[in-house]
Amino acid sequence: MLNNICLLIGITLMYATPLVFGALGGVISERSGVVNIGIEGMMTIGALSGAAVSFFTGNAWLGFLVAGLAGGAFALLHAVAAVTFKADQNVSGIALNLLGPGIALFVARLIWDGGTQSPIIETLPKIFGSGAFAGSPLANFNVDITVVLGILATIVVWFVLYKTKWGLRVRAVGEHPAAADTLGINVSRIRFICVVLSGMMAGFGGASITLAIIPQFTQTAVAGQGFIALAAVIFGKWTPHGAFGACLLFGMAQALVIILGGGVVPIPSEILACMPYILTLVVLVLFVGRSVAPKADGVPYEKGSRG
Amino acid sequence: MKKNRLMGLALAGAVALTVAGCGGQAAPAGSEDKSASAEADYKVQMVTDMGGVNDQSFNQLAWEGLQQLEDETGIPVNYTESKQEADYATNLDKAVDAGSNTVWGIGFAMADAIQTAAKSNPDVHFAIIDNAYPEDALLDNLTGVTFKTQEPSFVAGYIAAMTTQTGKVGFIGGMKSDVLETFNWGFQAGVAYANATEGKDVKVVSQYIETFTDAAKGKAAGQKMYSDGCDIVFACAGNAGNGVIESATEANKMVIGVDKDQYDLAPENMLTSVMKNVDQAVIEVSKQAADGEEVGGKNIELSAKDGAVAISEHHDLMEDAVYEKAQDLFKQIKDGKITPPGTEKDFNAYVESL
Repeated sequence: MLNNICLLIGITLMYATPLVFGALGGVISERSGVVNIGIEGMMTIGALSGAAVSFFTGNAWLGFLVAGLAGGAFALLHAVAAVTFKADQNVSGIALNLLGPGIALFVARLIWDGGTQSPIIETLPKIFGSGAFAGSPLANFNVDITVVLGILATIVVWFVLYKTKWGLRVRAVGEHPAAADTLGINVSRIRFICVVLSGMMAGFGGASITLAIIPQFTQTAVAGQGFIALAAVIFGKWTPHGAFGACLLFGMAQALVIILGGGVVPIPSEILACMPYILTLVVLVLFVGRSVAPKADGVPYEKGSRG
Repeated sequence: MKKNRLMGLALAGAVALTVAGCGGQAAPAGSEDKSASAEADYKVQMVTDMGGVNDQSFNQLAWEGLQQLEDETGIPVNYTESKQEADYATNLDKAVDAGSNTVWGIGFAMADAIQTAAKSNPDVHFAIIDNAYPEDALLDNLTGVTFKTQEPSFVAGYIAAMTTQTGKVGFIGGMKSDVLETFNWGFQAGVAYANATEGKDVKVVSQYIETFTDAAKGKAAGQKMYSDGCDIVFACAGNAGNGVIESATEANKMVIGVDKDQYDLAPENMLTSVMKNVDQAVIEVSKQAADGEEVGGKNIELSAKDGAVAISEHHDLMEDAVYEKAQDLFKQIKDGKITPPGTEKDFNAYVESL
């Protein structure tokens, strides 16, 4: 029993971490008023660049860092289209989702001799080093270092958004850009920075898959997690802590599927596999209540318009 | 604005579906063609599924097989890659237009497309990997090729039962299907055989995780099995299986690979691999078809006897005696002295007979 509880917590955290980074990216961008459905594409770019850098340098930390930078650079496309050119944010987000996996696959084939997956690469350490508590239930708490980084990132994003002047500006721009503009805030600049930061977070999210969960890049490494992260943003009412909680819930639902599977309870595995989605619906209906987007989310800001 | 968001989500969902439908591959649409120029009276061409010809799995193996065929016999070979499901029919037509005499479809996902193509091109021989057609769907110019993977799985089960220290081993499958069940029951039968003949008392736990792509889920399932006391797990779940392998590396326990020799993925932890030699299958059937043998109109189930399935030669993690016995078992299977079961029903009957 104790073993299973520890396992549940360990798996939940492992599963939630890439989602947490992705969702934080979504929160940052959307709080500034730019819808970002391109998280999936940005995560894929991060997953690839993290794995590639770790492969060539043998340094997973460098890979993690570069993954963030690559995600940010990739997000520039979205920033330029959505903020500078005021294009439809959904369209440019979708473009990123198509482009990201395409580029990742192309580059993967270039650097790994036509293969679509990398060899085994160097990964980030676990928090207690490997092998600590081996054999005891507590071994399940020996999670990847990215889990800790994910929690720290949540705290930092929360602090910046709610406790700093810059964060207040971000929120103002997302709610009422015209008002913010009249107070001398550069709406476009804030939004531009937020989109790029959002790409960096998503890049870290991708890398926390390929540099921690599995030690290689495969073309299915991200496979839909960017979309789950987006759902977590809405679920968490566009707040960093809410999104974090939503990711934990998704992670726990997946962990339950695994722990209850394999004949522990007599439920067919197909039905069990639906559980995360059913659980999500139930929680959404019963406990979360109304989720309201930032008022100017998705609306390009035209100077002089009444927001 | 609200409408905007709704539309955004709907679009996001649509893209998610597209991406999922493409196996996460959103490469440029259309397909590549590599034209063959050599002149001969027989031509063989294959059409990949969405994995592409470099998938490091069965598409790649099939293409390597065809290349070997060309080297051995001079039969010109060629491939066409499918980027999305809609490409199957087009690519099959292209292969026919290119004058191919045998056209291969790789993967059960192409079963319907191949059947349709066979119906409209009665002069061309079609064959598919990993699908057996029901009697009434079989055409005279259509061959379904499947593998008796219960045979190497049986041997892997025996090795696992003889190597485990904890008396508990596991099986993790992608999605429950006829193909995957052959691995599962073959493996369990191998363990049961060791229990009956070597006086072991080894238990098997088996779990389907309903995904071939989600490595995190595979890893979680692996962690669960290892923490429940299994020390050897048979990872049979495509890319999700890579997660199982990673959980083995982290827990420093043993794991059994699938489809190809996965030794390189975890040299310290890979006990053995259950291999499906798609390349040999493609060569054999193509040769027979080229020699004018009647290969159409039937399902071919390739077995150890045909050299189409095997276990890895790497055996540093097991005792030499176990490896020798495993080789002997494999030989007995080849000779037909042991018939490993590939379904639950056969498994129950087999256990009765032990």
